[in-house]
Order: sequence, then structure tokens, then C-alpha cells
Amino acid sequence: MPKLTIDGREVEVEAGTTILQAAEILGIEIPRFCYHERLAIAGNCRMCLVDVEKSPKPVASCAMPVGEGMVVRTDTPQVQKARKGVLEFLLINHPLDCPICDQGGECDLQDEVMAYGFDRGRYAENKRAVKDKEWGPLVKTTMTRCIHCTRCIRFITEVAGVPELGATGRGEHMEVGTYVEKALSSELSGNIIDLCPVGALTSKPYAFTARPWELKKTESIDVFDAVGSNIRVDARANQVMRILPRVNDDVNEEWLGDKSRFACDGLVRQRLDRPYLRTGGKLQPVTWSEAMAAVAAKLKGLSGAKLAAIAGDMADAEAMIALKDLFTALGSPNLDCRQDGAKLGAQPRASYLFNSTIAGIETADALLLIGTNPRREAPVLNARIRKRWQRNGMPIAAVGPKAELTYKVEDLGESAAVLSAIADGSHPFAATLKAAKRPMLILGQGALARVDGDILLGLARKIADATGMVSAEWNGFNVLHTAAARVGGLDLGFLPGTGGRDLEGILAGAEKGEIEVVYLLGADEIDTSRLGKAFVIYQGHHGDAGAHRADVVLPGAAFTEKDGTYVNTEGRVQRTQRAIFPPGEAKDDWKILRALSETLGHGLPYDDLAALRARLAQANPVFGQLDTVQPASWASFGADGVPSAEPLTTPIDNYYMTDPISRASKTMAECTATFVGCAHKRTGTHG
Amino acid sequence: MLRDQDRIFTNLYGLHDWRLKGAQARGDWSGTKDILAKGREWIIEEVKTSGLRGRGGAGFPTGLKWSFMPKEIGSRPHYLVVNADEGEPGTCKDRDIMRYDPHKLVEGCLLAGFAMGAHAAYIYIRGEFIREAENLQVAIDEATAAGLIGKNACGSGWDFDVFLHRGGGAYVCGEETALIQSLEGKKGQPRLKPPFPAGVGLYGAPTTVNNVESIAVAPTILRRGGAWFAGLGRPKNSGTKVFCISGHVERPCNVEEEMGIPLKELIEKHAGGVRGGWNNLLAVIPGGSSVPVLTKDICDTVLMDFDSLRDVRSGLGTAAVIVMDKSTDIVAGIARLAKFYKHESCGQCTPCREGTGWMWRIMERLVTGNASIEEIDMLEEVTRQVEGHTICALGDAAAWPIQGLIRSFRPELERRINEARAKARAA
Amino acid sequence: MSSTDDTFQPASFAFTAESLAKAKATIAKYPAGRQKSAVMPLLDIAQRQEGWVSMAAMNVVAEMLDMAPIRVYEVATFYTMFNLKPVGKYHLQVCTNLPCMLRGSEEIVAACKTELGVGLGETTADGLFTLSEVECLGACVNAPVIWIGDDYYEDLDLQSTKTIIQALKRGETPKAGSQTGRQGSAPAGGPTTLTTVGGDA
Repeated sequence: MPKLTIDGREVEVEAGTTILQAAEILGIEIPRFCYHERLAIAGNCRMCLVDVEKSPKPVASCAMPVGEGMVVRTDTPQVQKARKGVLEFLLINHPLDCPICDQGGECDLQDEVMAYGFDRGRYAENKRAVKDKEWGPLVKTTMTRCIHCTRCIRFITEVAGVPELGATGRGEHMEVGTYVEKALSSELSGNIIDLCPVGALTSKPYAFTARPWELKKTESIDVFDAVGSNIRVDARANQVMRILPRVNDDVNEEWLGDKSRFACDGLVRQRLDRPYLRTGGKLQPVTWSEAMAAVAAKLKGLSGAKLAAIAGDMADAEAMIALKDLFTALGSPNLDCRQDGAKLGAQPRASYLFNSTIAGIETADALLLIGTNPRREAPVLNARIRKRWQRNGMPIAAVGPKAELTYKVEDLGESAAVLSAIADGSHPFAATLKAAKRPMLILGQGALARVDGDILLGLARKIADATGMVSAEWNGFNVLHTAAARVGGLDLGFLPGTGGRDLEGILAGAEKGEIEVVYLLGADEIDTSRLGKAFVIYQGHHGDAGAHRADVVLPGAAFTEKDGTYVNTEGRVQRTQRAIFPPGEAKDDWKILRALSETLGHGLPYDDLAALRARLAQANPVFGQLDTVQPASWASFGADGVPSAEPLTTPIDNYYMTDPISRASKTMAECTATFVGCAHKRTGTHG
Repeated sequence: MLRDQDRIFTNLYGLHDWRLKGAQARGDWSGTKDILAKGREWIIEEVKTSGLRGRGGAGFPTGLKWSFMPKEIGSRPHYLVVNADEGEPGTCKDRDIMRYDPHKLVEGCLLAGFAMGAHAAYIYIRGEFIREAENLQVAIDEATAAGLIGKNACGSGWDFDVFLHRGGGAYVCGEETALIQSLEGKKGQPRLKPPFPAGVGLYGAPTTVNNVESIAVAPTILRRGGAWFAGLGRPKNSGTKVFCISGHVERPCNVEEEMGIPLKELIEKHAGGVRGGWNNLLAVIPGGSSVPVLTKDICDTVLMDFDSLRDVRSGLGTAAVIVMDKSTDIVAGIARLAKFYKHESCGQCTPCREGTGWMWRIMERLVTGNASIEEIDMLEEVTRQVEGHTICALGDAAAWPIQGLIRSFRPELERRINEARAKARAA
Repeated sequence: MSSTDDTFQPASFAFTAESLAKAKATIAKYPAGRQKSAVMPLLDIAQRQEGWVSMAAMNVVAEMLDMAPIRVYEVATFYTMFNLKPVGKYHLQVCTNLPCMLRGSEEIVAACKTELGVGLGETTADGLFTLSEVECLGACVNAPVIWIGDDYYEDLDLQSTKTIIQALKRGETPKAGSQTGRQGSAPAGGPTTLTTVGGDA
């Protein structure tokens, strides 16, 4: 390990560390524009120049590996002068339009100018003007502000894996863009807004709506997919203005999918902000007590067997346990949290988790995708697969429809029979998996949410066993969920109890009149036309499919409006925090259920969030361990049998519209029109 | 004066047959197999002994550069890349080598390539040299057909191929890492160093990039011995060199001369002297556009080699001597070079991308005196903000001519400014 | 540089059989998997075929070399030799860099303008000539220089420049190289060196 001195302080770092990183270890910050720790080193902005003893010229610290005995100075007059010079050059062609720039207040260039800039310009020539580019509904460009750091190009090329951005022309005429005007087709495109150190790339939907210092920032968790990306919700007054990623190296690094970032405008549209009751075939506004009374009246005297509850994809664990406890008290075993009918049971936990963990993908050396398109189902997780593949390649094969992924995939066809062949070793990819040290498979809802899903689950388990995917220190069996609520629901056993009906049973029962009341907890992805004459209670935040069919609407809170617990696809328990209050008369979901239980005479035994969370941990100890992943023990699961000839599918057709919030989002509608081609196409997790 | 017997490029002017037969008659490809038989170490030692310094501008010792290549060939092949992207204004020597003495280069590729453990050489020739590329390709094909290169080159047991790659019009590709990028099919933007090409070069493999002239002189050096070459010129500045004499001389020309020849002698003996006589001389750019301009008093005595020119704060560069007589608008001349560097900046590094344009714009105003005296100092400061702050030396190259101008011709700049002011006042 | 309003762009491009053969031979010069190295040569082949490089041609090259199209656009816009718009049959590229300037390139540019009736960067109405300014061509001791087609025309003056343009207008191919008749880069009137060696007779 080389030892070096920076500003007179000695530090020992690993070989290959750059001067800039070594300085960071000492808490010495070196200014930079082009350098970004998650992107390839470009070394072009020249802001990070430092003095290195015996080097005749100042050295770009972001690109220079440390050497034994190196003596570095980051604070000499020469260094200061070099930085001043670079800043002056950046500013000569950068417009001084900070007052009308959305980056104002969180602009790296602004900050550095405060530290190193001249107090007035010496540039007397004409400034360069650059035509703005049209990159689609999400990223707004003001290219005259571009300082050519190339972070956006590197991100789109390296991380997103959709090489559409480049720098054309040369010298002072070099321009960042797509050359042929087109919308950026990556589901991760919004990240270039965060990466842009100036106001060249800003958020189009957020444009001119707020200044950063006006915003209240709340750390939270994303629920638009099952990754559980760590986010920051920026709100002003009682409105979410924007959502940004937070760093969590184990989950989303510092990236966020475009839907998770940009669907937040859906939070103010189509909202259920007061209770409704269907009278005369129409939903009429009522008071909370009228709504509760209507539910109580309907349930009175009904046996538990005639009741059913379905939990939706964005339900928090608190609401689910409250609903489950209430239905248990009412004597109903008819519960299901699998809106798509996925054939996943409660046990063992390893059967429904992404056991390798998301970060673990980076250590895998062979991958089999089954009925999944990770790019659409979990773009951030997909970036992790690409990161691994890009490092030094790994064999990746897919069973399912051909997809445009961001790494090289061997297409094994769409037939589930391939899985049997891999399981029995007769398929060549079985040998590839066996030869790997850390092989993994990702089983998607496209394989699970079908009639023979349990057989496919069993086949996947057999593949894992037969190819050595599971050992003491590695579990390569992974389920990729699409619903944020799903693992939490499974962990809580929000599933049919003894003799209880599953989703299909509930719907069939409702059609036949055997189920008389169906409680939908934010469940909008089911086929509501099959609810027959059942009395439908819809508790949720958006006027989507469920509310349209409902007899009673109980307005709940969206994920930004409550302190909720979610378990991501890895089994990581994380919590949202309330950033704003629910609109109008809408309430926190568990509180609605607590109140209802009182009305129904089955008062739930928790009066506050702490007590409720104690109940969660009692129901399943995993809820007691936040933010970490506990390895789940391996056992046999899934069914035996021959899968049907039905070709495998993947669960999401339109990434931009998968849930009530994104379906209410104008921005997502624009994305759908731009990228999917037909606006408002209804697609959900039911595929 | 150098004797003809000691000149390497004996067909510099294309007076004779440039093809294989003619080249062999002039001694090319003779005893190549025997030289190869002496081994890698011997070749590198001999080139070190010769004192040959890179002829592309930087003057780095060639033998030493070759010795940086890994001794053992690992999993990646070694490459020799020849820099034939001649584009430094004033310079046109490699052009003559390639069109009239191409076999010297091809033979040099084999010897140098063998010495560094390479089985392939890529010659990156500037795209505008279409006829030169044609001749060079003929030479490569002839040598291949004759078994001089290709499988078992010259019967040495060493396989060696030479490929020609044409550029597309970008001066910056003369920088070795930009050239490698370009050869890989990318924009010619220089790479960060480290890693150096000898470790990670073309296709990530160990690579040495040499100028055409450096490679083309190697066969003669190896045939006649490093000591012969070292005996010409001065210590550390040895050998012969092709000089390009352009501008205000009676008879512009290329000529191979001994290193260290006095500039005045070079111009008077070979180029017919300065137009209107030596006393009509205003200034000389002695080593291609990148090096600072010399005033007449220095030109009177200065010797043409690396160290002599460094001592007068200029450089030998590519030994392209641009002569300017007293009729020259020196400010416009340097402004034209500033425009060139602005045009050729790759755009990667902030100081060069932004600074070259700024410097040019100020220079344009200085041509007419439309500036203030303080702006001369500001311009000087801007050149210092570019110099040494970029990935490659193009930024330095853009700064130096302007620094040279201010150093040597400040009174002229001030005169124009004062005159323009006086005129404005009068009006 | 952007291509948004490029109405002159053709809908498609295809290499002729001859061009394709050349392209394939070029790709073979580079190690397996390094076919991207051939991007400039292939763009050049396309330009030689059509006179310029269209978007369609760039896309075809990208496809052939398994490159993202943007990487080809970057290359095509970086190097000045690629004409991204149609140019005249004769593309006169006049060097105006310092060594040529010292030998009268301004006069040469003026002669071209007068003779052709167009300015720098313009094409004559008949589409026959495009006049451009170009950076140093590397023939400085034979300055001033114009590059036309595959050849340099050197040691120019006002009269020889006019003569060349007039010949081109007549459809003739003027003799390339020095217009004063000297041999290569030897000083006018004959070499001062190499008078005693180098003979191959």
C-alpha cells in the first residue's frame, strides 16, 4: 500500500487509488466537474489540478494514481491559479443566467465560482450560443450552459447502456447531444439531470416550479418497483415537487428509474380526497362516519367466508397487517396480496426473495433470466447487471420474449420446456451455469403469474440445485418482484388462510355470489369485471380501476404521505417517511383500518405506530431488522410437473404506466406516447 | 556541410526510382536479415548509441522509448504505430520520405517492430496524403511480395505485417494517444497518461508510437552503426535531420543536413537565402508552428538542434523553418496560427477548448490594434492559463507562439494599439 | 452541428459492390473484434462513392461495424475531411496557414473567388465547384497549395491558379504537383545536395 503526503499529511491508501480519492480520505476536497466516482474517468475539466513534487506541470488528481512517497499539494498559489484559470475559461462561454436557471442554488459551477472565481469577467469577445436539444419529455436542455464535462454521455453509455449521447464536432464547436434529434430512450435518463454539474440538463416537468431552498427534503423509499430505491422527496407547501435518489450502495447506488423520479406529478391528480358511497349507482361524497357506517351495515351478520381482501402493489406493511388482523377477527381466511396471481407461497422465505442481493449481482459469473425483463421491471437493478457484465463479461441467457436489454443475452426461446432441459442438464446452458462459481437466475413474474407458475417455480428451484447455485456463502436463486408491497405481504402471510380463497378463488366466488364483500387495499390491477355483485370497499389514494368499481371509497395516503414499511425484492425492510399530508380528508391507511375495526366492534390492539410496528415484528421478526438483508434458509419448494406449452411472457409492457400513480401522471402519459407509441395503454402487473 | 555519403534519404526529391528495385540499388533492404539476427537487445542498444532523438517534435531518445516495451510478450500482442500524421504547419518532411523513399520506412518498421517484439505495425498517415499513401502502399505490397515483410520476414523467422491507416483531417491525431484513439475508430481525443502506450496502447496492448523519420532512419543507423550517427552533430543532438525551409526564402525546400547546422547557413546554403538578403530578415519560427518565434539577432548565430534552440527559449520541434522577412505582418501571422490551434483543438480539456478561441479572438484584435495595452498582458496571462493545464501538448503549442510574439514583438503590438487609438481620436 | 433541417439527406445508402469489396478488405486489416478501427476508412469509401457522407451512409457504416450510430456521428463530425453536405465535383481546398500565407495564399483565395464567383464554403450554382479554406496540408516548402480531389497543386501563383480552374472548367485534368515545374521539394533551380549519390541507373 503506497504512502503519500497531501498538504503535509501522510496517508496510506490502496494501490490504484487516485490522488483525488486519497485526498478525500483525508477530508481534503478537491473541486471537480467531470469526475464522478461511478463513471469512467475523463480528466477533461482540469478543475482538479494539484501540484505533485517533481512534476513540472500540475496534475489532474482525478486521473493520477498515487505513488509511493508522492508529495502532493492542493493549496499552493500555483494550484489556486490553475483552478481560477479553468473557472474563468468555463465562464467565458457560460451564460450568466443564474437567476433564470433551475440549477441555481445547487449548481457546482456556482459553488466553485464562489470559491475560486474572479469577481468580474475579463472576456470581451462574443459568447458562444448553442442550440438546445430536444431529448423527450423528461430532460430539458439549455446547451449554451454545457461545460462539456461529458458526465451525461458517460452515464448513458456506461451505466444506462443505451449509447445515444455523444459529443459531436470538435474544439469550441463540440456539442453534446444525440446528433440526430431523438428522445433518450433509457429508463434511467433522469439521472443525467443529477449528474450535470450545471444547468445544461434540468428536469423538464419540474422546470421553473421551485427553488431548492424552498423545498422541504424528506428521506424516503421508492415504491414504483420492488427495488426499494432510496429517495429524497422534495416538497413545498403540501405538494411533492420532485423526487431524487439518495445514495445506497446496496440498493440503488445513486440512481433512480425515470418512473420513480418523474411520476410524482400523478400524486396530485385523480386523488381520492374524501370518502364516497355508491347511491343510486353513483359514487356520492359522504362523511367518514357515513362511509364507516355503510361498511358496518353491509358486514353485519355476514360470515367470514363471504368476505375477502386483496392487497395492492403499493400497500405498506402497516396497512396490510391491520387489514389481515381485522379480517382474522371477522373470521375470514380469504386474503391475497398477489394481484397478478403469482404462484408464490409463504414458505420458505428464500423461495420469494432476490437472495443474491442486488449488490451481490456484481459477484455473479453467470446469469439465467426466466420470464423477466429487468430493464422494464427494475431499471436500477438492471443497471447492476449491466455493471457486472461490462466489467469483464459474463454469460447471460434468457427464457422469455426477446427484449432489448443493455447487455449481451443468449436467447433461449420462449418455451418453458427449456427450463426442464436446463434442470435435467440436457441443455448446454446448464453446463455454463455449472461451470460458474457464482451462477444466478432471476425468476420474473412472467413465469410465476401463470396457471403453472408453481411448476415453473419448482423448475427454477431444481435448476438452482442442479447447477450449484446455492451454497453456504452464495444463493443464486432470485425472484424479481414488480410490486413494492409484495414481499412485505408474503412476509406477513397476507395469503389465503386455512380453507381460504386465493385471488382466483375470490374472483370466482364473487362472480358466483359466494363472496359478498371484497375489500381492496389499493388493489387496482385485478380484473374488476369479475367482482360480480360483490360489495366492494376500496381503500386507496387514486381514482383508478378499484375506486371505479367500489361501493364505498375510503381515501388513503400515498407513499409520500405516510410512514410506511416496505420490504424490497431482496427482503430488505425499509421505511418511507411522510413528506406531506394526505389531501383533503384522506388518512393514513392503518388509521382508517384501526377506526373501521372500532366501528365493526373488533377494535385492533394498537393505538399508535410504535405498537403497530411491534405487532409487525411479532408477526414476522424480519420487520424488526431495518435496512439490512438476512440470508434466508434454503429448502424445497415449488411443484413438480410438466409446464404448459404456453410461451413465457414478461410482466410489464409499458414501463411508464404500471400503477394508479403513474397512470395519473401527465409526464408518464407523455413518456408512453413518446416511447411506447400508444398513450394511455392500460398495462399493469397483470400483464 | 554534410557529405552526400552521410545523407540517409538519398531520394528525398524523387529524382530516382522510389520502388523496391531503386530502393535496393540505394542500399535499402541490404543485410536486413543479419541485423535481425543480432537480436532485439542489440538493435535497441545500437539505436541508443546513435543518440537518435524522436523526429516528431518532442525529441525523446528513440532507443530509450523502444526499451520501455515489455521484454516478454504477454497475452497481448505488441504494436508499432508509426505517426505519419504530419500536420505541424511548416512541416513536410515525412511526405517526401513516404512518396520518394517509402522502403526506408517499411524496412524501419520491420527493424523497430522486431526490436520491440511487435508482429504488426500500423502506419497512420494523414488523410490528405492520398498520393503518398498510394506510394507507401505499393512499397508495402512490394516488400510483402518479396518476402521482406509478412511471414518469416527476410527469412528471419519473425512474422511482421505492415498496415496503412489513413486519417481524416485532425492535427491533434499527431499526438500519440489521440492517434491511437483514432486508429481504434474513435475521435482523436488524447488519452490520460498514465497509463502510457508502452503499457496500454493500441487495443489496450503495449505500443510504441514513433515518427516516420525516426523509423525511416533506423535501417541506415543499424547498417552503418550507431557510432556513425552519433558522430554527426553534437552530443545529445546527433545525426542528420530533414529540414523544411518555407516562407520568405528565395528557394523553399526540404534538405537533409547535419544536426546543429547554423540556421543562417541552412537558409543561405540550401534555400537561396532570405528574400532580399539576410538583413531583410524579420524573424524565424525554427521548428514548426508550435515553437516560439526567433528574432533576427538570435537567428544570426543560433544552431539548429534541440538544445541550442531550447537555450534561446524556442525549440527544434519538427525542424520546420518558417522564414519571415521584413514585409511580414508578424501579428497577423501569429494570429493565423492561433486560428489554426482553435480549429484543431479537440475540445476535450477546458483550457484548450475555451482558451484557444479566446486567444485567437484577442489576436485578431491585436492585428488591427483594436485593444488596450493591458490586454497584451492579459493575453500573456491567458496563454499561461492554457499552458501546462491540458491533457496533451496542443494547449502548450497554442500558447507558445503567442508568448513568443509578446516576448519578441511587444513594441510592435503596442505601436498598433497606439496608432489605432490615435486614429480613433482623430476621427 | 445538428442535422435537424437536412432536407438534402437521402433516405437510404448502399455501398456498391466495388465499395463493399474495398470495405471488407479494409476491415480485414484490423484484428478480429477491432472492426471499429475501420470506421474512418469506411466513411471515406462512402464519400468516394457519393461525394459526401450522408446520415444514411453513417448509419450503414455503424451497422456494418457493430457501432452505436452516435459513435459514428462523433467520428464523422470530428474529422474535417468528411463532407457532411454535398460538395461540388471539384472541391478546391486552399491552404491559408502561415507558410502558405507567407507565399501569397490570400491572393490564391482571391483568385479562386473571382474565377469561381463564390466565397469560401460555397458551391457554384452549377454544382461543379466548392471552395474551402483548409488548414496546413503539409506541403509547406511548395506553398501556396490547393488540394483538389486526390492531388495537391503546389507553388501556385495568381496565373497558375486561374489556369488550373479554367482547365477544370473545360473538363481537363491539370497536371498536379509543382506548377513551376520543380522536382518535389528540391530548391528551385536544382538540388544543393544529393548530387553525388542516390543514382539508380
